Amino acid sequence: MSFQALRQTVDRLLPSSDPVRYVAEDGTPLPVPDDGGIPADAVLLDAFRRMVVGRRFDAQATVLTRQGRLAVYPSSRGQEACQIGAVLALREEDWLFPTYRDSMALFARGLDPLELLTLLRGEWHCGYDPMAWRTAPQCTPLATQAPHAVGLAEALRRRGRGGVVLVLVGDGGTSEGDFHEALNFAGVLGAPVVFLVQNNRYAISVPLERQSAAPALAFRGVGCGVPSEQVDGNDLVATLAVVSAAVERARAGRGPSLVEAHTYRVEPHTNADDAARYRDEEEVARWRAADPVVRLERYLRHRGLLTDREVEDARQEAERVAEALRAGLSGPLAGDPLELFSHVFAEPTPQLVEQRAWLAAELAAWDGDGGAGGDSDGVEEEGRSGWRR
Amino acid sequence: MATVTMARALNSALREALRADDDVLVFGEDVGPLGGVFRITDGLTREFGQERCFDTPLAEAGIVGVAVGLCMGGFRPVVEMQFDAFGYPAFEQIASHVAKTRNRTRGRLSLPMVIRVPFGGGIGGVEHHSDSSEAYYAHTPGLKVVTPATVEDAYWLLRDAVDDPDPVVFMEPKRLYWSRGEVSTARGSVEPLGRAVVRRAGRDVTVVAYGPAVPVALEAAREAARGGVELEVVDLRSLVPFDDATVVASVRRTGRCVVVQEAQGFAGVGAEVAARVQERCFHSLAAPVLRVAGFDVPYPPPAVERAHLPSVRRILGAVSRLQFDDEPDLTHGVAGVVS
Ligand SMILES: Cc1ncc(C[n+]2csc(CCOP(=O)(O)OP(=O)(O)O)c2C)c(N)n1
Ligand SMILES: [Mg+2]
Repeated sequence: MSFQALRQTVDRLLPSSDPVRYVAEDGTPLPVPDDGGIPADAVLLDAFRRMVVGRRFDAQATVLTRQGRLAVYPSSRGQEACQIGAVLALREEDWLFPTYRDSMALFARGLDPLELLTLLRGEWHCGYDPMAWRTAPQCTPLATQAPHAVGLAEALRRRGRGGVVLVLVGDGGTSEGDFHEALNFAGVLGAPVVFLVQNNRYAISVPLERQSAAPALAFRGVGCGVPSEQVDGNDLVATLAVVSAAVERARAGRGPSLVEAHTYRVEPHTNADDAARYRDEEEVARWRAADPVVRLERYLRHRGLLTDREVEDARQEAERVAEALRAGLSGPLAGDPLELFSHVFAEPTPQLVEQRAWLAAELAAWDGDGGAGGDSDGVEEEGRSGWRR
Repeated sequence: MATVTMARALNSALREALRADDDVLVFGEDVGPLGGVFRITDGLTREFGQERCFDTPLAEAGIVGVAVGLCMGGFRPVVEMQFDAFGYPAFEQIASHVAKTRNRTRGRLSLPMVIRVPFGGGIGGVEHHSDSSEAYYAHTPGLKVVTPATVEDAYWLLRDAVDDPDPVVFMEPKRLYWSRGEVSTARGSVEPLGRAVVRRAGRDVTVVAYGPAVPVALEAAREAARGGVELEVVDLRSLVPFDDATVVASVRRTGRCVVVQEAQGFAGVGAEVAARVQERCFHSLAAPVLRVAGFDVPYPPPAVERAHLPSVRRILGAVSRLQFDDEPDLTHGVAGVVS
C-alpha cells in the first residue's frame, strides 16, 4: 500500500479529534456535519419522554436498595442520553447486549422496568426472554459480552435476513482482553456490530487516566481496522445521529464500528460504593450541571418542539412508573429452591435428579416441622431454623 | 471392516456432522486449509468451504465467545482449542457463560456447542502441550465433559456431542490419535453419551479409567490375568454426566476398586470417583479404593514423562495392595508374578 493509500485508510478509521456535538450545553443547536442528519422531531420528543421517565426510574431504584428491595443498583444517572440515544438507533429486528449499568438502555428497548431489575433483585436468572426481546441478559463479567455480540452479528450476517447488533461496554471494560478480541474478530469477519463505549470516566474508583494512555478510547478501533468515532454522550441528538450512522453502515453490509460516548457517572458505582474516597464533589457538581436531560429539554424548547404540557405529561408518566416499581418490589422474592436443578442442562443429569430429590425431602421435613420447632433434638433444630433464616 | 486411526475417525465424525446439518460450523486456529495441527479437520474446508470450516484470529476467549453468539443465532459451532493448556484463556467464557447461559436465562437460551480439546501427555511434547485439564471443566456445573478411549467412541461420542443440546467439552487423548480401530457407522452401535462401559469383564477388581488411561488399564488387566487375577475395566467415557450405575454395579460385583487417571491426583476426577464408590459401595468393599494418578507436579518434560504417567506396573501395584487374603504381588515386573 502506498503511503497515500495508507493515510486515507487510517483517516477513514480514525475518530474526529473532538467528540461530535450537535447541541451546546445551554441547549443551542450547533452546526451539523453535512453527512449527519438531525433525527426526526418525533424521535427526539420520544427520546425526551424516555429520558425523563428513565431518570425517575433510576432514582427510585436507588431508593429501593436502601430499603433492601433491590440487592444492588448501579445507577445510570447522567448516562441517559448515551444509553437511550444508542438504543433508539435500533430496529426491533436488531439485538442489544447490555451490561449491569444499562437499565436505561433496557428501558428504552421497551422492557418492563420491573422485569429488567430481576438480576439486580438477586435472582439467578435475567427475568426477560432474551430471544423475544432480542436483548441478551445483562452481563457482569466485564467485556465478556462483546465476543457474544460479534458471534450473533456473524450469525445474522450468515442468515442474510438483516439485523444489526449493538453492544455496550464501559471505559474500564475496554481494558479487558475480551474487548480487544471481540473488536478484532468483528474486523476480520466484517460482522454487523456496533460497539458503544460509555466512557463515564470511572471504573468503580479507577479514573480513566489509569485505564488507558490512548488519546481517546475510540482509537482502540483503528488497530483492528474498525472505523471509530467519538461523540458527546450527554448530547442525545449527537449520540442518536452518530450511533444511527454506525448501525445503518452495518445494516448496509459495511461492517463493524466503534463509538465512544463521553459521559459521566454522576452517582457512586452502586448504592454500596463511597465515591467520596476517590473523587471530589466539585467534579461531580460540574457534571451535574452538564445534565443530558436538561440539555435536551432546552434544545427542544429552543426549537419550539416542546411545551410545558409535554414536560408535565412526561413527569406524570415518570411518577406512575416509580409507583409501579415501588408496588412491584414490595413483596419478597418468591424463589423455589427446587428450580435450581431445572435449567443446568436440557435434561438433568442423574446426579442432579438425585440432589433434587434429596433437597425436596429436606424441604418437606422442614415443612412438616410446622415452623414451631417441636423437635427436641438440638442438632435437628439448628438445621431446620437454618433454612428459615 | 477396515481399521482407521482415532484422528481419522474424529475427522469423519466432523465431516458427517457438517453434512447432516447446515448449521454446524467448525472453526479455530489453523483448522482451515492446514486441517489443524493434528489434522483432525483435514479436508473440511476443501469440502465445505470457508464459510463452514474456517481459521479464526488467535484468540481463544474470542473463539469461544463468538461461538456463544453463533449459538444464540441458531448455529451449532464446533471449536478447537489447539492444545489443552492453550484453552485456559477461554476459561472465563467457558465458566461464566458457556456453562451458565441456560441457567441464567431459565432455559430460554441453550448453547449447543462443542469445545474440542486435545489433551494429555505421552507424546513427547514440550511444556504447555501435555496438560490434563478435564477436572477444571468437570468441576464446572453446566458443562458435559466427554473423553473417548476407543476409535469407535471417538467417532460416535463426537457425533453425539454435536447433536447434544448442551455444551460439551470434548477431550481428545492426543496420544491415542494414532491408535487404530474399527468404526461401525450404524447409529446405536455404541452406548450413548453419558454412559460408561465395561471394556473387559473380570471378577476380582474394578479398574475405573478414562481417556488415555484406558488402554493402560486394559494392558494391566491382561497382565494380571496371566497371574490369575481378573480385572474388570470400566471406561467412563463421560465424566459429566457421570454413570454411577455402571461403576457401582461393577464394584458391588468385585468388591475392590482402583481408579486410574493420567492427570495429577489432587482434587482430580479420580478423587471424585473414589468418593462416589465409597459412598455407594461401602458394604461391598473389601479394601479401600486406591488411586493411580500423575504426581502433583506441573506436567514434566519429555525426558522424564514416563516416570509421571500411570503405568501397567503402578496399576498392578495398586491391585496387589487391595488386601487380598493371599496377598498377590503383581509388582515384580510387567510379566506379573503372583504368589
Ligand atoms: C472481569 C471482571 N472483573 C472485575 C469485575 C468487577 N467490576 C464490576 S464493575 C467494575 C468497573 C467497570 O467499569 P466500567 O467498565 O468503566 O463500567 P461502569 O461500571 O463505569 O459502567 C468492576 C471492576 C467484573 N465485573 N468483571
Ligand atoms: Mg466506567
